[in-house]
Amino acid sequence: MNTLKSCVRLYFHYVSINIRSIMQYKTSFFLSVLGQFLVSFNVFGGIYFMFLRFHSVKGFTYNEVLLCFSIILLEFSLAEMTARGFDTFSGMVRTGSFDTILIRPQHEILQIIGSKFELTRIGRMLQAIVMFCYAVFHCNIEWQPARIATVFFMMAGGMAVFTGIFMIYAAFSFFTLDGLEFMNIFTNGAREFGKYPIGIYGKKMLFFTTFIIPYALIQYYPLLYLIGRTDNAVNIFLPLCAVFFLIPCYMFWRFGVRHYRSSGS
Amino acid sequence: MQKYFAFFRLRFTLGLQYRAAAAAGISTQFAWGFMQIMIYKAFYDAEPGAFPMTFSATVSYIWLQQAFFALFTAWIVENEILDSVVNGNIAYELCRPIRIYNIWFSRSLANRISRAFLRCLPILLVAVFLPYPYGLSAPASAFHFVVFILALGLGLLVTVAFCMLIYALTFFTISPQGLMVIFTSMVEFFAGAVIPLPFFPEKIQRIMELLPFASMQNAALRIYSGSMSSPEMKRTVLLQVIWLFILTFCGSALCRYAEKKVTIQGG
Amino acid sequence: MITMENVCKSYRVAKRNAGFKEACKALFHREYEVIHALSDVSFTINDGEMVGYIGPNGAGKSSTIKILSGILTPDSGTVFVDGRIPSKDRIRHVSQIGVVFGQRSQLWWDVPVIDSFELLKDIYSIPNHQYKKNVEELTQLLDLQELLRSPARQLSLGQRMRCEIAASLLHSPKLLFLDEPTIGLDAVSKIAVREFIKKQNELHGTTVILTTHDMQDIEALSRRIILVGKGKILLDGGLEEIRKGGSNIDETIAELYRSFEIQEG
Repeated sequence: MNTLKSCVRLYFHYVSINIRSIMQYKTSFFLSVLGQFLVSFNVFGGIYFMFLRFHSVKGFTYNEVLLCFSIILLEFSLAEMTARGFDTFSGMVRTGSFDTILIRPQHEILQIIGSKFELTRIGRMLQAIVMFCYAVFHCNIEWQPARIATVFFMMAGGMAVFTGIFMIYAAFSFFTLDGLEFMNIFTNGAREFGKYPIGIYGKKMLFFTTFIIPYALIQYYPLLYLIGRTDNAVNIFLPLCAVFFLIPCYMFWRFGVRHYRSSGS
Repeated sequence: MQKYFAFFRLRFTLGLQYRAAAAAGISTQFAWGFMQIMIYKAFYDAEPGAFPMTFSATVSYIWLQQAFFALFTAWIVENEILDSVVNGNIAYELCRPIRIYNIWFSRSLANRISRAFLRCLPILLVAVFLPYPYGLSAPASAFHFVVFILALGLGLLVTVAFCMLIYALTFFTISPQGLMVIFTSMVEFFAGAVIPLPFFPEKIQRIMELLPFASMQNAALRIYSGSMSSPEMKRTVLLQVIWLFILTFCGSALCRYAEKKVTIQGG
Repeated sequence: MITMENVCKSYRVAKRNAGFKEACKALFHREYEVIHALSDVSFTINDGEMVGYIGPNGAGKSSTIKILSGILTPDSGTVFVDGRIPSKDRIRHVSQIGVVFGQRSQLWWDVPVIDSFELLKDIYSIPNHQYKKNVEELTQLLDLQELLRSPARQLSLGQRMRCEIAASLLHSPKLLFLDEPTIGLDAVSKIAVREFIKKQNELHGTTVILTTHDMQDIEALSRRIILVGKGKILLDGGLEEIRKGGSNIDETIAELYRSFEIQEG
């Protein structure tokens, strides 16, 4: 228990030093926040104009799609903010800074996520929150406790799944640095295509995102419950099951670290 | 000319060496295109009547967009250029006996073509053999194909010319990265990279088509499938030429002004 | 005490040839070559010794340091540092060693140096009183008073190196690895760094292993030299023995390189 407490303390120490560093460049920080906002605003624009032309997609209305997108975006930006160290990890392998991490008596994952706390993702979060509020007001959802809990479970599960994907992305940089672009489909692609409920992509995609990368567990199934398309209470807890996805991700990461330490990359 | 060609060759060779990067890029583009098509399929199934282009034309648009991604995306930023502005290495470039605008222009051009060349063939090849309507259809006619190639080249030049304008602007700002992100998002949206221009409401579309951004990927990608009439095509290509002229003129003027400023400040 | 016995380490590296034709070929077929970074390396270093570990680039110096600090696992052979196997027992091992990579920084770029120190205090879980005592002592010996309040980016190379060295000694390690600690420093800083290392060794009996290209470092600091080339130990002996009276140290080393035919291409 004591070690957990000191780990948490160390993590917040990292966060504070990150924020102090960022605040040395205030203009650049605010411009980046604005940039982050605009990047995801583009996606919103795409959805908006599509729905000016079409009334629904596979039975989902504009407001429901917005609800879906805003939750995914919020999860993604939270995960990106905290686990951005994984996202930029390939640079650490390239420059050899990972060696500096290995010569410190702390778990490497704690040090990596501590190395970068990306406050600029607030830009994305801000947009997600605005969209979420808009969607909540226009969706006619009856907000019973079970539904509110579902939203929180989606947040937790979503952050876990995205963090897991980032971890895999980082672990790949132990094996290939050039080929990393491939993982884009699972990181940025998951955010980009997660804007629509996964059901619209067909059965096969739904199967893949249920059993391989448990993306539908945090997006499609609980969404169905939220908007009242199903009353099956299992959907409330599916996002929590998605947290187990972190286990294989962590195992793969450990495998990568072992590979690095035996090959020297 | 020889000097520019040397730059080009170097870049191209470098691009070829990174086999894994090319393979990764191709599969990403492919998966990305596939997912996009699924989205349009879902909308098409919902309301086929509201579709502004035929479904197969939309699919062709997406495959071409993915295949030639590197030619047109605003996300390819020449970090070397930005860095050299920030850290002052630009001073060395200024010492070389070539105009800086031309170097940068040929460098970005080479970078984009070398990336696209490696990646487009496999994507196009696979896309052609996909079953109708999910595959890349043949061009509407031989004439359309010729104009497509012309518009593709012009579109690339317009894209690079616009990027050059932004690079030149970075001379005057303290945060080039922030500026880049803002411009990039704008270009992506107005160029039809988020959704193709015909999917916008008609009035907005009419204005967007006059902007320089429509002269980038939009022109070539839409000419290919034959969704433009010949006067429309003529007008589009003409507009590309006009924008190319304006953008290069502004860019090189701005660059010359910036050069002067840098020289005075001493880097 | 450090013992290395029959340690071997090899890497597989992809060949990348320049030229257009070669690049095209490489698209379809890639050649690899095996590099023997270390082959059958054995030595023993006693507590409190100061050892110069020298050799041309690519001779295996940094592989040795990485193996001793637990970053790399050797292919074969045994390594013991104070009874620990570095690669097996990484976290416990690294809390007892200090490493300075001359070309890599462990300080946070944009915050005052003292903030980086505070973070290291948490990373190494250094008790308050020990931390205070060490900072005081290091500040005095390395003349850091003026530097601790400024961000690392504003320091000159020499000033930064002094801070880097202090940073790796905050947790009073018994063993210190210095990887080219004087690279790029001006004469005054070089002398200050050397003096300090000497003093640290006298005061606390710290074992120092030093890799460098600067023979004056060796002359000033180490009584013992280990010369490596092509992954093998070519010579292990006292500085005086190697020098055999006479000529200056650079010439002696150049002579050695020539006689072992390990000059850099």
